[in-house]
Amino acid sequence: MRFEAPETIEAAVALLAGEKGIARPLSGGTDLLVQMRSGRVEPDLIVDIKRIASTRTITREGGGYRIGAAVSGEELGEHPTLPQDWPGIVEAAHLVGSTQVAGRATLAGNLCNASPAADTVPAMVAAGATVRVVGPDGTRDVKASAIPVGVGKNSLEPGEFVESIFLPERAAGSSDAYLRFIPRTEMDIAVVGVGVSVTRDPDGTVTDARVALGAVAPTVVRVEDAEDAITGTKLDDDALAKLAAACEAACSPIDDKRGTVAFRTEVAGVLAKRAIQTAYERAAQ
Amino acid sequence: MSALHISASINGDPTEFLCEPDETLLDVLRDRLNLTGTKEGCGTGDCGACSVTVDGRLVCACLVLGAEAQGRNIETIEGLAGDELHPLQKKFLEHAALQCGICTPGFLVAAKSLLEKNNNPTEEEVRYWLAGNLCRCTGYDKIIRAVMETAEDMRRGNHAT
Repeated sequence: MRFEAPETIEAAVALLAGEKGIARPLSGGTDLLVQMRSGRVEPDLIVDIKRIASTRTITREGGGYRIGAAVSGEELGEHPTLPQDWPGIVEAAHLVGSTQVAGRATLAGNLCNASPAADTVPAMVAAGATVRVVGPDGTRDVKASAIPVGVGKNSLEPGEFVESIFLPERAAGSSDAYLRFIPRTEMDIAVVGVGVSVTRDPDGTVTDARVALGAVAPTVVRVEDAEDAITGTKLDDDALAKLAAACEAACSPIDDKRGTVAFRTEVAGVLAKRAIQTAYERAAQ
Repeated sequence: MSALHISASINGDPTEFLCEPDETLLDVLRDRLNLTGTKEGCGTGDCGACSVTVDGRLVCACLVLGAEAQGRNIETIEGLAGDELHPLQKKFLEHAALQCGICTPGFLVAAKSLLEKNNNPTEEEVRYWLAGNLCRCTGYDKIIRAVMETAEDMRRGNHAT
């Protein structure tokens, strides 16, 4: 295996695209090194992208945030304004593993690793995040939801990697939230995860909403029926019940030791209600 | 595979070592530099026994490649005590916050990292910060008490280092 740590995007792309064997970009390494240790992947080349300046920074772009692919969850939480503007993204990133893991693990890695239970992915989909992919054919921006395409599979072509994640400008009266269920209070993998983003007008009516579920299907599920159920309402009980029902209907989970199909389905509805109420309250502030 | 030549600062000392491209920082510390205070528990980032800081950031050394250390400042348990034990080490002894001891270096490095960031943590904050450090002996309570008391002493300013 070779290890390279180039300082430019162009050099990293050339290395990844030029490798005939298995090539992997490395940022936080919290999935890659575990997979290497277990023998699940045996790369011929690792390209550490952390020496590329643009992967290490959070910059304002328009009213939004461009988050470099190697920015860790802990760094998101330490940013002076990001936690106020996107609390759901930050809380999801902090739920990924321990303090030690969140000190390395990145949004980009969580997305590309394509685990159905990835905590930050429903949060990013709810946020309407876009992803800047660089590769031998140039640069393209795609929706976050377009990256994971199956369990452990992403849509990147050979030689491509994610340079940054973009969170768009917030309309007034907007916020987000992420909630997950695990059988203990810390250090476990989501049984269900729910990311929501909401915008309300000054009288409290929901004018825009996005709802995304994790761990209830092979990839993240955006639930437009749930969004429609609450848009134009003030989150009355009837609207919340319809939101929960729409989330339940969108689930196609597996049975495993962490939860049954019936349990995951019910919890998806319950968490969606709680998450949207949290985001709605945050949006009023 | 050809070995890589890496230069890093380890506990303040300029250090050079050779490592294989797929060798972890944990293996470099233990097997090449004889800094065996950093322990290997799980090797997959779940137990925190190999906690170190890289440029001040708390991480698991088993999830970092040795090659990534080029030019970085690494702090390990061996750098904790000066002429005297670190206040956390003293408190761990006072509270008997260890039994077999294999998790202790990781707890100390992680707790020091917390107190540098926040010298007035709530018990809940301490428990969450240390949730990635597993101990199968003490039941955690003594560890949490030792960290809370060290923080209190530090706030009062009556500590040696």
